Amino acid sequence: MSTIEEQGTSLWQDAWIKLSKNYLALFGLAIIVLLCVVSVLTPWIAPYGYEEQNLLLGATSPSAQHWLGTDIFGRDMLTRIMYGGRVSLTVGFIATAVALVIGVLWGAIAGFVGGRVDAVMMRIVDIMYALPFMIFIVLLMVVFGRNILLLFGAIGAVEWLTMARIVRGQVMALRKQEFVEAAHSLGLSQWTIIRRHIIPNTLGPVIVYTTLTIPSVMLLEAFLSFLGLGIQPPQSSWGLLINYGVETMEEFPWLLIFPGVTLSLTLFALNFLGDGLRDALDPRTSKD
Amino acid sequence: MLRFVFYRLLQAIPVLLIVISLTFMLVHSAPGGPFSADKAVPPEVIKALEAQYNLDQPLWQQYISYLGDVLKGDFGPSFKYPGRDVTELIAAGLPATAELAFYAMLVALVIGVSAGVAAAMRPNTAQDYIPMSAAMIGICMPSFLLGPLLVLVFGIYLEWLPVSGWDDMPGDKILPAITLGTGYAAYIARLSRGGMLEVLSQDYIRTARAKGLSEPLIIAKHALRGGLIPVIAFLGPAFAGLLGGSFVVETIFQIPGLGRFYVQAAFNRDYTMILGTTVFFSTLIIVFNLLSDMLAIWLNPKLRQQTRGES
Amino acid sequence: MALLEVNGLKVYFHTRNGVVKAVDDVSFTVDRGETLAIVGESGSGKSVTCYSLLDLLPKPPAKIEGGTALFDGEDLLRCGAKRMRHYRGNDIAVVFQDPMTSLNPYISIGEQLIEPLIYHPDNQRKQSREDARARAIELLVEVGIINPQARFDCYPHEFSGGMRQRVMIAMALINEPRLLICDEPTTALDVTIQAQILELIKKLQQTRDVAVIFISHDLGVVAGIADKVLVMCEGTIREAGDTDAIFYHSQNDYTKKLLNAIPEGAKTLPSRLQADNLLVEVTNLKTHFIDHSKAGRQHKVIKAVDGVSLAIQRGEILGLVGESGSGKSTLGRSILQLAPTTAGQVSFDGNPLTGLDSKQMVPWRRKMQMIFQDPYASLNPRMTVYQTLAEPLLYHGLANSKNIEQQVRQLMDDVGLAHGQMRKYPHEFSGGQRQRIAIGRAIATKPELIIADEPVSALDVTIQAQILDLILDLVERHNLTMLFISHDLSVVRCISDRVMVMNKGVIIEQGDTETLWKNPQQAYTQQLLKAIPIADPRLERSRLSNL
Repeated sequence: MSTIEEQGTSLWQDAWIKLSKNYLALFGLAIIVLLCVVSVLTPWIAPYGYEEQNLLLGATSPSAQHWLGTDIFGRDMLTRIMYGGRVSLTVGFIATAVALVIGVLWGAIAGFVGGRVDAVMMRIVDIMYALPFMIFIVLLMVVFGRNILLLFGAIGAVEWLTMARIVRGQVMALRKQEFVEAAHSLGLSQWTIIRRHIIPNTLGPVIVYTTLTIPSVMLLEAFLSFLGLGIQPPQSSWGLLINYGVETMEEFPWLLIFPGVTLSLTLFALNFLGDGLRDALDPRTSKD
Repeated sequence: MLRFVFYRLLQAIPVLLIVISLTFMLVHSAPGGPFSADKAVPPEVIKALEAQYNLDQPLWQQYISYLGDVLKGDFGPSFKYPGRDVTELIAAGLPATAELAFYAMLVALVIGVSAGVAAAMRPNTAQDYIPMSAAMIGICMPSFLLGPLLVLVFGIYLEWLPVSGWDDMPGDKILPAITLGTGYAAYIARLSRGGMLEVLSQDYIRTARAKGLSEPLIIAKHALRGGLIPVIAFLGPAFAGLLGGSFVVETIFQIPGLGRFYVQAAFNRDYTMILGTTVFFSTLIIVFNLLSDMLAIWLNPKLRQQTRGES
Repeated sequence: MALLEVNGLKVYFHTRNGVVKAVDDVSFTVDRGETLAIVGESGSGKSVTCYSLLDLLPKPPAKIEGGTALFDGEDLLRCGAKRMRHYRGNDIAVVFQDPMTSLNPYISIGEQLIEPLIYHPDNQRKQSREDARARAIELLVEVGIINPQARFDCYPHEFSGGMRQRVMIAMALINEPRLLICDEPTTALDVTIQAQILELIKKLQQTRDVAVIFISHDLGVVAGIADKVLVMCEGTIREAGDTDAIFYHSQNDYTKKLLNAIPEGAKTLPSRLQADNLLVEVTNLKTHFIDHSKAGRQHKVIKAVDGVSLAIQRGEILGLVGESGSGKSTLGRSILQLAPTTAGQVSFDGNPLTGLDSKQMVPWRRKMQMIFQDPYASLNPRMTVYQTLAEPLLYHGLANSKNIEQQVRQLMDDVGLAHGQMRKYPHEFSGGQRQRIAIGRAIATKPELIIADEPVSALDVTIQAQILDLILDLVERHNLTMLFISHDLSVVRCISDRVMVMNKGVIIEQGDTETLWKNPQQAYTQQLLKAIPIADPRLERSRLSNL
């Protein structure tokens, strides 16, 4: 046969093309990549040491030596923000991963098994939705001390609920789709159907929601650290830096503004990327 | 509807029981007793204190008697404020928190819904982009950052508004309400825009246009009810979030409310206070979730009839 | 002067992927009291033409690029929003396609009915609520709503599809318009309901002498009610003229193609039925569901299939017709053991299938396949044609890594797809091509039985004809036995050797197709057959007047 084979555009490629036209989302992606690279390299590229104090210097406004100024102990603010970012991002990613694993498994099992199991599992999710989680996290941190591992677990345990609902809804909808029924009528095994037909079609919403969970997790961490119930010194995070900044904001406003701007910018970037992914992966906007 | 409320209230009982048990167990499994912070206290004094608070009894007995007390609305005495009951402290803090939450919700709903509806009416124009960009900023600007910044600008530099207190000076409620409400206004704006866009693309809106109804009437009568359902469903969770947010806002603005009490109790390890407020907050949140669900059902004739059909 | 005179209308859609000329230089006139039918397949621009008259298109992406539309001498395209409100629902009213989505679910139908009266922009014509209510109830009686006083305050979901469309018609007529636009008003309805609605529109049109623009994809539907016909394709008018001229003396190739594509008459190929060679036997099959959608303690049991017995002989095409909710789809799925059966027996080639678990079913699955209605939903959007077609072959060990590509090519030849499209994804194909892929997947394992569930219902009439030809051809070449499920009686007649009529979960009549058509025994079957519109104006007019 001498016909030329046309190469098709998969939905993933189509989504990537759409995303690459969305400048806000690309900007978000660039910021996140930059932040991740900087965080990994911080110990080598930070201008000063993490513990380096200069009590004689005290708080100074931004200058050539200290681009973002120094705090009341004369510590370089840029260095503090870089180290704080390592913690904030780590919490964001790991707690999201916890939420992702629990949520996807829970939702997928409920969606697949269906019937009574599904009813019970989703009832549990409903009940947990009604619980005052913020209060529980505060309680956990008070009771068990301010442990970073516990923080991952606690935040992850809150954020998985929505993921479970999304995955379950997606699986339920897919199970009713005719192409899944066609796969059944071909006699494919349950596992083959899951692997080839369900998972690839569930991935889109999961990716979108994961991207949108990271900022809400980081916000929660910053919230707790701000109250003094999250990350503890000597470790530092953006929430904690904002907390310190507030205490001295009347005299040294940059100590509040710089960590604040960094946190907000990161949240922006993640939200833009999430929104962009949502638009790009939405099958309704794809050409047919 | 009555039957629906009854069932939901019935379901709330196990949820509350779980909350109470979980909190009780957490608090009592905490390493170190409530009085261990005071190092210099001799052991016999601790013993006496523990006896006073029934801490020398077996755990299950404490649990049963606590449950009994909670049923009577008695959350027991505070550990840190001797002579004062937790119930009394909650009653003292509640008005300020309730008022703050009310104003914040008002800010969130009024700004959020009007911005969202305005954006949905002319999508992909300035009328959409400007409020939605503002909403994005609102979402990425957490209350603990927005509050101090507002204080810095309006309180310290411009000196327009008081920076702390509650019911002390005129206008001292403006900044806290905005701080707490902004994030939710932003979220509600996005929800209502999405909901309205969905509804405005429905066939029945085209029918209304084809009938010659005016655009404002179409929005108000045909679109709003369906378009705001996501917002109504969000009201319950939003209320829970507002209570959590009050921790921060009341701390920043030094408002004598429940949130600040709770944070202080957390730091002071005032266990009965923590236990009491948690149970109280949970009850409130469950009630508000129920109310927001009822509202959503009442607005949808199909669901309304189904729940009526049940009774 | 004509009531409506459209001249050189151009409506373009400015989309991400370029400009689409949805309506390109369309001109026509409608006189007072006249019925004009605009006929075309999907994407022909027939609806866009009419929506642009009332400024009902979403802008952007739509943009009116040129032309005039004079209604009583005033140009509708340039009259401004205020004047437009005056025309909408007043001089010109619309009945939309889907009465389910076109009525607001949150507002009672009574309130929706009286809106055009009480919110009218003309102050002199505004009416009080009581007057409006009285007028609305009058109209509800006229369109055939029983007990309108009580139904006035009901919500749309409490009405059946046909009743909802009657309400829509009443709503359109409430201000006594001079032009009524009906956009596929019967497409979402069952055939018996369609007949009632057509009759109603015709009656109302005659008593009021209102002009009607009737948009449809179905030439049969418009044959009996239209005075003039406009055939559209890809945004342009292909042919326009009196109904009889279009149907009997068409000059245009596209019109002829449309007319030829209408399924008509009996199956032309001889039956391949092998008597006394039973392939499938179903005895007293029951499939009941519990309806979880209703809130509440007592779950309602839906008896989708309620005691069906049937036999499919090797080599035959057995048609299964029924209206929506008759249980015909569930019956098809139950035979293939894709829906959990409640009671009864299904046996295939003498082997009982009921009671087998999914592992034991695997060897049988290869021998029986299904073709689904919606070619958009029945293909995994993330798999290429190659992957979709190779999956059954590899899974059942019918091909190995060496000859798989060759076999897939063979399948693509069978269903008429170009080899070059092997690596493309479903969203890159048209509906008809997708259905070809789905058919290819179904015949991949060389099955003996194929159950086709409305395989052509989602397709345009010309594509429908091609797919029906393909199915007949494949049955012939691959020695297939087929259960062909459809709501469309004409399609079933032209493809099947034998036919069964299903209603409310049971088979009420069956027999040789032509015998049953000529001499239906059951009242329900007679009613069904009488309701089929005929694409022949003279016959259709006499059919409508005899109803």
